[in-house]
Amino acid sequence: MKNFKGFIIFVIVLALTWLLLTGSLGKDELLIGGFSLVLVAILFFGYSDLYRALKITPKIILFYPLYLLVFLKELIVANFDVASRVIRPSLPINPGIVAVKTSLKDPLSKLILANSITLTPGTLTVDVKDDTLFIHWIDVKGKDVEEATKEISGKFEKILKEIVK
Amino acid sequence: MVIVGKILVLIGSIFLFLGSLGIFRMPDVYNRLQAGTKATTLGAMSLILGVGFMSSSFLIKSIVLIIFIVLTNPISSSTIARASHKAGVPLVKESVIDVCKDNVREEEA
Repeated sequence: MKNFKGFIIFVIVLALTWLLLTGSLGKDELLIGGFSLVLVAILFFGYSDLYRALKITPKIILFYPLYLLVFLKELIVANFDVASRVIRPSLPINPGIVAVKTSLKDPLSKLILANSITLTPGTLTVDVKDDTLFIHWIDVKGKDVEEATKEISGKFEKILKEIVK
Repeated sequence: MVIVGKILVLIGSIFLFLGSLGIFRMPDVYNRLQAGTKATTLGAMSLILGVGFMSSSFLIKSIVLIIFIVLTNPISSSTIARASHKAGVPLVKESVIDVCKDNVREEEA
């Protein structure tokens, strides 16, 4: 079974979601949950391939919380940034679409990166083509690829490289 | 706990309000999406967490809801942005650069 790792992660994610949603360890809940888990896992077995990009090394214990912290900080900064732009009567925007290169290969890694970029200060992923992400930037600070890459995705990519392939 | 919850709900509503104000004030689709996505994500997160704090039986469920919102919200706005760009919705004329458009032209040429 070539996606065995992906399949295991898939099952763990499903089980955790069920446990958190029901919030109980009662016999009935576990029975129904286990039954649906098997059903869903068999039905969507083909898609469990998606999770193969996740690395399982001791390092991730450190880097998952780190990524979460960086992400939350950026999310809050993003909100104050956009909120202050919205409130100001002059509406200070300097928008444009820039290209950003990424070294991440796997679709899941690119998805995580694109999502993180969308939720951070003044940036919105418009399109992804191979290793290039097109990003709408509300306040363009650098027009060429290197500057934009450093400014927008640099801090995420450093940590993401440790978590996913 | 209840007071913390109330404060979080208040913060959430403020951000949701600012998000709506942003949608109203911004000049084009992409800038509107920017305001819409970010402010509503944090707004909804804060609001849901606030409800979770106010009645503790909802706390774990509210965290699951927040995870789903964080996972799905940016995807929807990215999709809308991509669709608008493909459909040729123009950027506001103050825009300084549009690399994506250049690429499309190169491919066509």
